[in-house]
Amino acid sequence: MPTFVYMTRCDGCGECVDICPSDIMHIDKKLRRAYNIEPSMCWECYSCVKACPHHAIDVRGYADFAPLGHSVRVIRDEDKGTIAWRIKFRNGKKDMELLAPITTKPWGSATPKLADVAPPSKEMRDSELLFNEPKYIRMDEGGLHTLESNGLEIKEGVQY
Amino acid sequence: MFTSNHFAALSEVISPAIMQGYIVLMILLVMGGTILDMMHKKSATYFFENAKKAKKSAKRSVSGGEKAAIAASVLVNEVLTSGEFSNPRRRLSHLLTMYGFIIFAATTAIMIFSPESTSTLLPQLWHIGALMLAVGGYWFWIFIRVDVSAEGLPWFRFERADLFIVSLLATSTFALLWSFTGGGLGIPFALFVLSSTVLFGGVYWSKFAHMFFKPAAAHQKKIAHADGSRENLPPDYDLTDPEVQRQFPDIPTYMGKNPPKMGLCIKAERANHY
Repeated sequence: MPTFVYMTRCDGCGECVDICPSDIMHIDKKLRRAYNIEPSMCWECYSCVKACPHHAIDVRGYADFAPLGHSVRVIRDEDKGTIAWRIKFRNGKKDMELLAPITTKPWGSATPKLADVAPPSKEMRDSELLFNEPKYIRMDEGGLHTLESNGLEIKEGVQY
Repeated sequence: MFTSNHFAALSEVISPAIMQGYIVLMILLVMGGTILDMMHKKSATYFFENAKKAKKSAKRSVSGGEKAAIAASVLVNEVLTSGEFSNPRRRLSHLLTMYGFIIFAATTAIMIFSPESTSTLLPQLWHIGALMLAVGGYWFWIFIRVDVSAEGLPWFRFERADLFIVSLLATSTFALLWSFTGGGLGIPFALFVLSSTVLFGGVYWSKFAHMFFKPAAAHQKKIAHADGSRENLPPDYDLTDPEVQRQFPDIPTYMGKNPPKMGLCIKAERANHY
């Protein structure tokens, strides 16, 4: 179900308008607050929800995710490099929290310097491999990385 | 010009009692408009319902001392320094407009209620207030207003919701014009009175009442954060806290025990790419 805006919290800063991949978050011309102009085109990517500095945008999640009437709210802290979720059921008894890293390096510090890279040779252009393959998929270290090759195994259930 | 009290000169033509009556009438209009606005928008009802809902999902009770500390922080951060604005240009423009209006309105009332005063400070403050109001207001109107900066609409397009800012700008502009043309009766004075009457009389249709309910809303928001209900938002985690690291082992595994600051990311640029 699509996003909606709490009008009393929105200050019309335009972050959601800027980030929406479907271009459906707009500023209302009369009220100067953001709103979803076409809810049927919203695919609940949560980009605007995470970008809103005032947490003024919310989504009513689908019932296959949590029973209807629940609340799913998120804070993405860019400076800490984490994302925190809180899922609360409507009876208030189930109140789950999740915190996960979204970056391990400061933003912008791991941008590849493509201008410094030598242009591809004819042989590289004709090859099936994409830029920096097999290095980037680490095939050169001896096959694909798997759980097994890394000494890991899948455990049943939710692990947090 | 900056040191002359035009209201004292005006009292020779218009009785001070009439001018004082006008000020009282404007105060009554603001009070009436605010009450009507609250009744119409049901903002007080919504506010108390929301507060009740937040109290129900509270994880701890907030003591009286804590509430007083929160009230003090609302006064310092939200009321006196407009800390709720995340856009620094809007914050500065709001501060200029707010303090300009307070100085302008207060000095106008003092000069009208004490026409015999010979102080040169009051007229100077009156002009400074009107100038601050005009600078902050025009900056907001022409450059910062969201549909101008975000939607690219022309600055001269306005809606009924602009009644407040337009009448505020007209009041400060015509007040300065009235002063620069030597005061007294005339067209600038008539426009000054007309615009200020619209400003204070249009509270019901404008957003003038925000100065009364915004601090209350900011206070409630801080209370909701202190009592743990946090409007259902997740807590503000301290990543170096061992308890947080134990609860969420991904943090120390991928970011280390003392994660560095990652920088601004999306906040490095203002939203203006649409």
